[in-house]
Amino acid sequence: MKNFNGRVLFLDRSDINTDEIIPAKYLTESTKIALKPNLLEDLVLEGFDPQKDIEGKSVVITRDNFGCGSSREHAPWAFEVNGINMVIATGFARIFRQNMFNCGMMAVELDATAVDELFAEFAGEETAIETDIDKGIFTISAGEISRQISFSISEYDLSLVKAGGWVEFADQNY
Amino acid sequence: MGKTIAEKIFDAHLVDNPSGDIQVVRLDAVFCHEITTPIAITDLVARGKDRVFDATKIKAVIDHVTPAKDSKTALQGKILRDWARRHNIVDFFDIGRNGVCHAIFPEKGFVRPGYTIIMGDSHTCTHGAFGAFAAGVGTTDLEVGILKGVCAFKKPLSMKVNISGTLARGVYAKDVILALISKIGVNGATNRVMEFSGNVVDAMTMDQRMTLCNMAVEAGATSGICAPDKVTVDYLWPFIEDEYPTKEAALDAFNVFTPDADAAYTDVIEFDVTPLVPQVTFGFKPDQVKPVSDMEGEPIHQVYIGSCTNGRFEDLEIAADIIKGKQIDPGVRAIVSPATPDIYSRALSAGIIKIFMDAGFCVTNPTCGACLGMSNGVLAEGEACAATTNRNFNGRMGKGGMVHLMSPATAAASALTGTISNSPLFQPGGDNQ
Repeated sequence: MKNFNGRVLFLDRSDINTDEIIPAKYLTESTKIALKPNLLEDLVLEGFDPQKDIEGKSVVITRDNFGCGSSREHAPWAFEVNGINMVIATGFARIFRQNMFNCGMMAVELDATAVDELFAEFAGEETAIETDIDKGIFTISAGEISRQISFSISEYDLSLVKAGGWVEFADQNY
Repeated sequence: MGKTIAEKIFDAHLVDNPSGDIQVVRLDAVFCHEITTPIAITDLVARGKDRVFDATKIKAVIDHVTPAKDSKTALQGKILRDWARRHNIVDFFDIGRNGVCHAIFPEKGFVRPGYTIIMGDSHTCTHGAFGAFAAGVGTTDLEVGILKGVCAFKKPLSMKVNISGTLARGVYAKDVILALISKIGVNGATNRVMEFSGNVVDAMTMDQRMTLCNMAVEAGATSGICAPDKVTVDYLWPFIEDEYPTKEAALDAFNVFTPDADAAYTDVIEFDVTPLVPQVTFGFKPDQVKPVSDMEGEPIHQVYIGSCTNGRFEDLEIAADIIKGKQIDPGVRAIVSPATPDIYSRALSAGIIKIFMDAGFCVTNPTCGACLGMSNGVLAEGEACAATTNRNFNGRMGKGGMVHLMSPATAAASALTGTISNSPLFQPGGDNQ
């Protein structure tokens, strides 16, 4: 199973699309690792600098409809090769969400109020998250502040995360 | 309780229900192109599973960057080509025979009502125009599709979109879908199938229904879908005439996949298009849409007519009708990319290609090209393009560029003025019925 703990990158906008996550011009790469320098390169967001803000981060917290647009699995891969295996959001585009779990990564939905509170309390702070996948609890902390939030993913999604992805699961079962 | 089109298709293809609302379905076709398939192929090889579930159900094309523009794209083409050869995938379309996937596969008769289809491409929803469940997926889902012929989806929920009224002259399927996305938002149909119905859809040709379904994903939909009818049968007849004694018999068979009157929908949207005027996008999201008249005079640097949304024969015909005997504005460059060799060839015979060339258009080979900024018309920073494509994301056609999505008629009219312009076919305030 992949690592779902570590420092948090906050991206405060809804509808961040696949072309912003990884522009199409990099889809000519035939390896995942080649995508590493270009993650979120075209994302224009106040206070965000992809050159400085991605390094050392393991989790993204963002708003609604994250990953809309293209079917490119290069989007989760670009996160994966940068050590980011989990995105927490108010909502996801279908294909992006499925691609995350298919790769054994996590796309976790929290309600809008919970996400609002996380932004209000932690965005701008040096924030880290610990994930207890079996109990469904995130422990989010920054300095002295620490909060626990429960989450749920389906039994099926959990089985993909534990199996390391959909290829192995399908080959064993179908 | 009755069933939607998608529910009927899922019932007919259900393989497993591994847990909760997850349904694993058998696939009738797996479509492949050179951008998202090579990594699936490489991974299958690395896993020692370089197999295909059924070579006759896999269709492949090189379309995104073709002919190859550099060593990297040449390698992607080579991986796909070598794989198609070693697995005897007969329906592989290489340079000279290749076209935009969502135009060439329907044109070859590969899409039938009731089919389940996946492809590593978000605009796979286009094929729902034939009453198929067709969904874009990532590379891992594609890989499993190639290997096992199955894919997992959530039990499909559908939104019904009833399109009624009369389309004004100069207003097209593209204007309808742009207005609809604007109405419901880029997230408005996420995790749902958009089931299109109503007298306006009934009256649409297959080319128009494909334009409509193509952009369902821009509202987040899993697939767009139209119930199969006589128009569908007429289109498919050359491919199915050996399978059914008459067109009526074919229609009877396809009617299994029409929705029940008491089917359950998450939402029902009533859209009367009688007052609809030509539409254009103004921002970096496909739901940022205005009437063309509100944007008239906005300067553009490039015009692009093509793509899986609007690069089909009827689209070229409409654009040619507007530019015939005229010249594009000297301040713009204009590109037209017929979506398939057959469309190109028909346009050539009909004199349409000459009209484009005489007007000053660059006519390119069939390819996805500029639509996603990979080749054949990438924008420079600060430039704007009047495009018949489907996505206006920031940087889509080139870093720092702006894409205005519109119909072929509006794009053609804009080429003549060098600014966003309503087509002469549409008369504001006039009797356009």
